[in-house]
Amino acid sequence: MTLSSITEPIILAEGLTKTFSSRKSAPFTAVDGIDLRVAAGELVGYIGPNGAGKSTTIKMLTGILSPSSGLLRVAGYEPQRERVRLARQIGVVFGQRTTLWWDLPLKDSFTLLQRLYKIPPSRYAANLAYYTEALDLGPFLDKPVRQLSLGQRMRGDITAALLHDPAVVYLDEPTIGLDVVSKHAVREFLSDLNRRTGTTILLTTHDIADIERLCSRVVAIDHGRVTYDGSLADLRADRDLETVVRELYLGRSLVDTTE
Amino acid sequence: MTEADDKPLWGPAAYLLLVRIWMRAASQYRVSLVLTTLAQFFTTCLDLIAILVIYTHVQTIAGFTLPETLYLYGTTRLAFALSDVVASGVENLATMIRLGNFDLVLIRPVSSLAQVLADQFTPKRFGKLLTPILTLGWALHALPVHWTVLKGAVCVGTVLCGFALYCALWVLTGCVSFIAVDAQEVANSFTYGSENATEYPLNIFGRPLGLALTFVLPVAFVTWQPSLYVLGHSDPFGLPGFLRFASPPAAALLSGLAALAWRACIRHYRSTGS
Repeated sequence: MTLSSITEPIILAEGLTKTFSSRKSAPFTAVDGIDLRVAAGELVGYIGPNGAGKSTTIKMLTGILSPSSGLLRVAGYEPQRERVRLARQIGVVFGQRTTLWWDLPLKDSFTLLQRLYKIPPSRYAANLAYYTEALDLGPFLDKPVRQLSLGQRMRGDITAALLHDPAVVYLDEPTIGLDVVSKHAVREFLSDLNRRTGTTILLTTHDIADIERLCSRVVAIDHGRVTYDGSLADLRADRDLETVVRELYLGRSLVDTTE
Repeated sequence: MTEADDKPLWGPAAYLLLVRIWMRAASQYRVSLVLTTLAQFFTTCLDLIAILVIYTHVQTIAGFTLPETLYLYGTTRLAFALSDVVASGVENLATMIRLGNFDLVLIRPVSSLAQVLADQFTPKRFGKLLTPILTLGWALHALPVHWTVLKGAVCVGTVLCGFALYCALWVLTGCVSFIAVDAQEVANSFTYGSENATEYPLNIFGRPLGLALTFVLPVAFVTWQPSLYVLGHSDPFGLPGFLRFASPPAAALLSGLAALAWRACIRHYRSTGS
């Protein structure tokens, strides 16, 4: 690692914009000039109402979508152009869909990922042992994924996204649909991961408790623009977080309440 | 991390890895697998029986004898069946895009095309190879052709170039899925349709359609032109003789075109929903 890669933010977006044009309807700007700097090791909650542009942002950060304009660097890469190289530096968890092989034992998905990501065998063995312990995968490692409960599957998906030691992890609603116990386990695990390895985590969620428990920093967007970017403590001040977030989503300015 | 270690896994290696895991997934349903493989074999036999029935009534079709027609049929079928085995995962692309699962392809550190081609790979596709192999084997045995090294090379080249051309067509039809998610059926009429057309001597379709098939869709190169050389036939359309050997450049050209189109599609991929 060079000095510049330490001082440079691991996620850098300047004026990031995505406009979808279509023959049938007017152009739609999903992300409208977002500026974002995330330093290595941060755990950021990325929140906003449905359709605010969260997923579109994450898809640009992973290289799935090309930005319409603006500057974007993740882990030193230009995501869309260097997508395949970037892929080994990032981990992605989509709460609503699985990246695991449905009909095969959970462990087979992990073995395949080892090969696809070229994870050195010793590193793979150590990581798998660690996650098996930390996420209690042991009882269902040999079960076909289709037979897993949602909570078990999510723990499998999180492991799948982390086996290659990514520098940045995007989690898109990782606690959606989970029961209280599983939610708690996932949160504890993420918090520990961030502290233990310094992995940068960007988390989108609609669960206030996820934000409260995990995120030191919150970035809120609405209509594709950043409406809040600051610490959780400042956002909350001395009020209930749920109320603040609701006001934020309703488009009320927070400036007068915090100043 | 060393320089070599930083390189993504090579596309074909990734393809084979994925094929292995999909095959293992498919073999979880063993009975279904055996039955569908047999079904694939019998379906491909039906076409062959149709040709044989026609030839019980006539000596030649458009100047082509039974072994000659079976040579055309066998080379085309084999080229197509090989491409079907390797590349028909592309057929799932429209569904992948619609359900948003194509996003998952793009977060992997290996070629997106390798992942799509390998998608849902099932060993039942091998069932399509048997009939063409048997047919071509019999045609080669029955043809009164005086074999030379060049003719042998053209024969093998016919199948290989045909295979490459069909793979390129599969990829191009996949590109159609990016533009219009429901257009896969339209696209299928090009792959399956063009295959059905070239199984028979091209001139039974008459000159306009034959020429259209030669130049609009370059599938005629698959078997027709090089086979005229192997069989010692003159071209019923009177096209210049160098076209007999145009398969390799045609295959290379279309493959290159398909690769470029694929890259453009990935660049302009829009994703769906959340």
